[in-house]
Amino acid sequence: MSLRTGRTARAGQYAALLCYLVFLAFPFLWLISTAFKPARELGSLHPTWIPEDPTLDNFRQAFDEQPLLRAAANSLTAALCAALIAVVIATPMAYVMARHRGRLSTAATGWVVVSQAFPFVLVIIPLFLVLKHLHLINSLWGLILVYVVWSLPFALWMLAGYVRAVPPELEEAAAVDGAGRARILMSVTAPLLAPGIVATALFAFITAWNEFFFALVLLKTPEKQTLPVVLTHFLGAEGVADLGPLAAAAFLATLPSLVLFAVIQKRITGGLTAGAVKH
Amino acid sequence: MTLATATTRSGRTRPHGGPGGSRRRDGATWFLVLPALIPILILSVGPLLYGILLAFTDAQSGRTRSTQWIGVLNFQDLLHDTLFWDSFRIGLLWAVGVTVPQFVLALGLALLLNANLRMRWLARALAIVPWAMPEVVVGIMWRLVYNPDAGILNETIRDLGLGDGRDWLTGLATALPAVIVVGVWAGMPQTAVALLAGLQNTPDELHEAAALDGAGAWRRFRTVTWPAIRPVALAISALNFIWNFNSFALVYVLTSGGPGGRTRLPMLFAYEEAFRYGQFGYAAAMGCVMVAVISVLLAFYLVGRLRGGEDA
Repeated sequence: MSLRTGRTARAGQYAALLCYLVFLAFPFLWLISTAFKPARELGSLHPTWIPEDPTLDNFRQAFDEQPLLRAAANSLTAALCAALIAVVIATPMAYVMARHRGRLSTAATGWVVVSQAFPFVLVIIPLFLVLKHLHLINSLWGLILVYVVWSLPFALWMLAGYVRAVPPELEEAAAVDGAGRARILMSVTAPLLAPGIVATALFAFITAWNEFFFALVLLKTPEKQTLPVVLTHFLGAEGVADLGPLAAAAFLATLPSLVLFAVIQKRITGGLTAGAVKH
Repeated sequence: MTLATATTRSGRTRPHGGPGGSRRRDGATWFLVLPALIPILILSVGPLLYGILLAFTDAQSGRTRSTQWIGVLNFQDLLHDTLFWDSFRIGLLWAVGVTVPQFVLALGLALLLNANLRMRWLARALAIVPWAMPEVVVGIMWRLVYNPDAGILNETIRDLGLGDGRDWLTGLATALPAVIVVGVWAGMPQTAVALLAGLQNTPDELHEAAALDGAGAWRRFRTVTWPAIRPVALAISALNFIWNFNSFALVYVLTSGGPGGRTRLPMLFAYEEAFRYGQFGYAAAMGCVMVAVISVLLAFYLVGRLRGGEDA
């Protein structure tokens, strides 16, 4: 291959990469730009990329218009509880799925796959009826239960991958030394799994924090609603004046997910493919 | 690295046999499994089966009269419900329209990220944004972009002298394409990262050998790269198709199904049927039809692809 073609190919690659960068970044930059623009500029017919007169008014107004703090507290409660419960119950099951081949593991893996294919409508109606029966409609606890089950397929998949990466020889060696099963799990396996468990919990947190559909259906009163549902209330009365607070609130709601996701991204992709290769 | 370790380890994994007695082990296994199994049965497997049963009843919300079995009546009604089939057609258009460009663009991005380029880290960092962002925020954000007056899209069009722009999300002709672009944007990075993981699993020596043999970039892609990432590509595109077909929040926020039902995806249609009009049984029947059609389509896709692989 001659140097010349190599160089033009390189230039083409950089041009393509630039297009991707622009496509990925511009909507987000526009959101940030809108969030910091004063109402006067938002009403202008020639909006600019960089606010001429940047302001925090939109953020203040967003908190005045909608109960964002309460919504954020609801979201935080739901996401934290769901993530914790999910990893606590998923880790032992993932261990069994990874280490024991049997009907149970096959069925669990089958459920993980099938649960991805079912549309939420088919699940949400009976779920709604079941939760109503348990008096868990319009309650954060009902939502938390749904989030736990809803994040389990992913958590099981990830965690089973991490368990497989722990050499069984380590456990066998501990067993030879006379350690009991519980002891082996707690002092040999669990520490090695810890980073994977943390990453899985954070991912479950992000999914619950971002979730909209179940929250929309299951939470009726405004005091109970989570952040994504409250965000859509800004859309209710449509007018140019509302764009600023809308952008400001949307930007704030995204920050936790972005920060946490940046922390765990490498681990998540590694775990996803480790699980995928197995099957 | 993770991939390699995972495969070799799992290759060696044996069921923990040996002394201890199988009955005691079974007890311990159940103890480990039950905390997850019970919620799964009550809140996932149960509702799924219950949902299928509901499709054969006249269940409605907030009704005092007891629910009755009505056999396949819902399905018969559904057969003649042109609104539903319109929505279904839009759903398929949307799912294909999002999944295909998503895959092509993601493959391009993955190949670029795998090449030794300087700005790679920035692309990797930006790829996180659509992936991590709440769908509701993605919708809100693109509404700001598409906004007819204060949006950057129309402003750019005006700056370039290409006219006054238009009201993208409320125009009958532009609404669905505009929404599809958002869907592509939202799902592309995740697909790219999955494909990138597959690419990084391709042995470099094969590439070098093919290059020495004088194979051009395209031939090397066809003969070395593609076979290596094929399983990942197959899995991720099938999953993307399902996820896209079942998507809800994005379009709910962008257009709520409008204008005139042009973007009313089946999920939105069923949601309205169930929670606005309270027709639980009918909406459940819609869900069943969606599952059935999607399963058949996917079965054809996967079988076709797998056959194609044997020929190649």
